[in-house]
Amino acid sequence: MEIYFINLKLFNFVNSSTINFSTFFAMENMHLKLKIWRQGGKFAPKGEFVTYELDNVSEHMSFLEMLDVLNEKLISQREEPVAFEHDCREGICGTCSMVINGHPHGPNAGTTTCQLHMRFFKDGDTVTIEPFRAKSFPVIKDLVVDREAFDRIIQAGGFISASTGQAQDANAIPVSKELASASFDAAACIGCGACVAACPNASAMLFVSAKVSHLALLPQGKVEAKRRALAMVKQMDQEGFGNCSNITACEAECPKGISVENIARLNREYISAAFAFEEKEDKGGGAG
Amino acid sequence: MSWLTNTLSPVGLSWFGGFLTSSIGKKVLMALTGLFLISFLPIHLLGNLYLMKDDGGRDFNLYAEFMTHNKIIKAVSYTLYLSIVLHAIQGLLLWRQNASARGQNYAVKVTRAVGTNARAATRMGWLGTILLIFILLHMYQFWLQMKLGNVPMSSYGGEVIKDLYTPVMVAFADPIFVVIYVVSMIAIAFHLWHGFQSAFQTLGLNHSKYTPFIKFLGKAYSVLIPAGFAVIPIYVYGDTMGWWKIGCGCDGVWDRAECMIECI
Ligand code: HEM
Ligand code: SF4
Ligand code: FES
Repeated sequence: MEIYFINLKLFNFVNSSTINFSTFFAMENMHLKLKIWRQGGKFAPKGEFVTYELDNVSEHMSFLEMLDVLNEKLISQREEPVAFEHDCREGICGTCSMVINGHPHGPNAGTTTCQLHMRFFKDGDTVTIEPFRAKSFPVIKDLVVDREAFDRIIQAGGFISASTGQAQDANAIPVSKELASASFDAAACIGCGACVAACPNASAMLFVSAKVSHLALLPQGKVEAKRRALAMVKQMDQEGFGNCSNITACEAECPKGISVENIARLNREYISAAFAFEEKEDKGGGAG
Repeated sequence: MSWLTNTLSPVGLSWFGGFLTSSIGKKVLMALTGLFLISFLPIHLLGNLYLMKDDGGRDFNLYAEFMTHNKIIKAVSYTLYLSIVLHAIQGLLLWRQNASARGQNYAVKVTRAVGTNARAATRMGWLGTILLIFILLHMYQFWLQMKLGNVPMSSYGGEVIKDLYTPVMVAFADPIFVVIYVVSMIAIAFHLWHGFQSAFQTLGLNHSKYTPFIKFLGKAYSVLIPAGFAVIPIYVYGDTMGWWKIGCGCDGVWDRAECMIECI
């Protein structure tokens, strides 16, 4: 350990209200047994589990850094590295999809894989790592799945049609604190797909409901709320996701804590749109 | 376009077909039919309580007679049969469709839930299957026999009516039937432990002021109503076995065993 490192720990100690002695005696050389799903390349096209032993895992590593270390080792042994997705590594992009010991984004609540630290694992643990599994999220390679189905759902209506130009004066559109907060909570969805991975029915309702809620709660999005609900649900159904059984596994595993209250809102929006909304085809033409 | 959309198109309701075949529409049908069945069970239970009355089945038979001849109740009962059929078919179809949406199963899968029971919620199809078998048996054994008139007749105050009480008593004296009945009531308890509140969520009725109460009501209902049903066959069976006649005054009697048998 370097001096700098120890200082950092002392600094942590001074600032933290709970004194955790393991921060002084950090675990730097955990041994893990990794059971990883490999699919494609030199592995079976239908996929198989391969077990790797990994030494010197530091508890300060993130889960993805641990996989980086594994991949460096595999490359140095001239083996094929494990394909996994990542981008921001700070819990905002939603790409780091994998199911760790039966939980999408790992067992910790409110945490993406990239934000999951190895201190939550113990020396000697066996860790099973699988891709998100859903018919609508086909595996591309190893842990990488194709989530374009989500993009197509967004393209179907997950936006507002606003003319470009000068931004309006914010105070001109009053929004209550309650609505702003509810909308913001829904907007926290990073589109990662953990809800689909967690749902026993592989349903995408939590994702779609987060997008529908986020927009329908604000004045700018309300205008197209009915059309949006109909179009997004239609696309969701076409993609082959399962139906919602209100099991709530999605909320339990969502790294952003999106609530199933949004699903109830989507149901309300959809039911009222189905019964009362008059869809008018744009016939073109018009003045100007 | 689905077959339902096509079928409803000539009457100008293709949009309604589209709604019913959407993922949310299917669930709305489940919720509405489920809630209708929920509203019926307490009424059914109240009638069944007459079975425990010690009047040789008079009130129970009069009640059954009333239920089969009142026009409004007849209309409601046809809605009920339709609800059971729609709920069962749609439920089994959803079960199949949802099971296939996963594709490949996980090697390790842990299902967590928030505000409901994950074990009940993930087994609605199995629980429903038990209920379907029970309902079919139930309809065959009592409803169909009543309709076909394969039941004895009884006369109360000059009025001769069907005596449903006797076949029910015969069934309840059979321990195998009692076990099937009680197991089915346990299945319905779990089905509704998740289903009661789930139906409200499906209909979009989730509100911080009402949902906690709905969840409470659902739990109370799913314990009390099935327990109420289950108590009746247990009581009747116990009655025929003499379990409830403890104070026979045989203690200290010279031939105690004979006294007990006589007493029962
Ligand atoms: C006839 C046999 C039955 C079958 C096959 C059956 C099947 C199912 C299934 C599979 C579900 C889950 C649907 C889903 O969320 O994807 C369900 C939900 C439900 N069932 Fe049943 N069920 C049966 C009988 C009953 C009865 C007798 C009742 C009420 C007394 C009932 C009340 C409910 C309710 C309230 C729900 C929740 C609906 C929702 O989540 O929106 N079911 N049933
Ligand atoms: S609702 Fe949660 S789990 Fe689903 S895509 Fe959004 S952030 Fe991911
Ligand atoms: S890599 Fe962006 S959320 Fe994990």
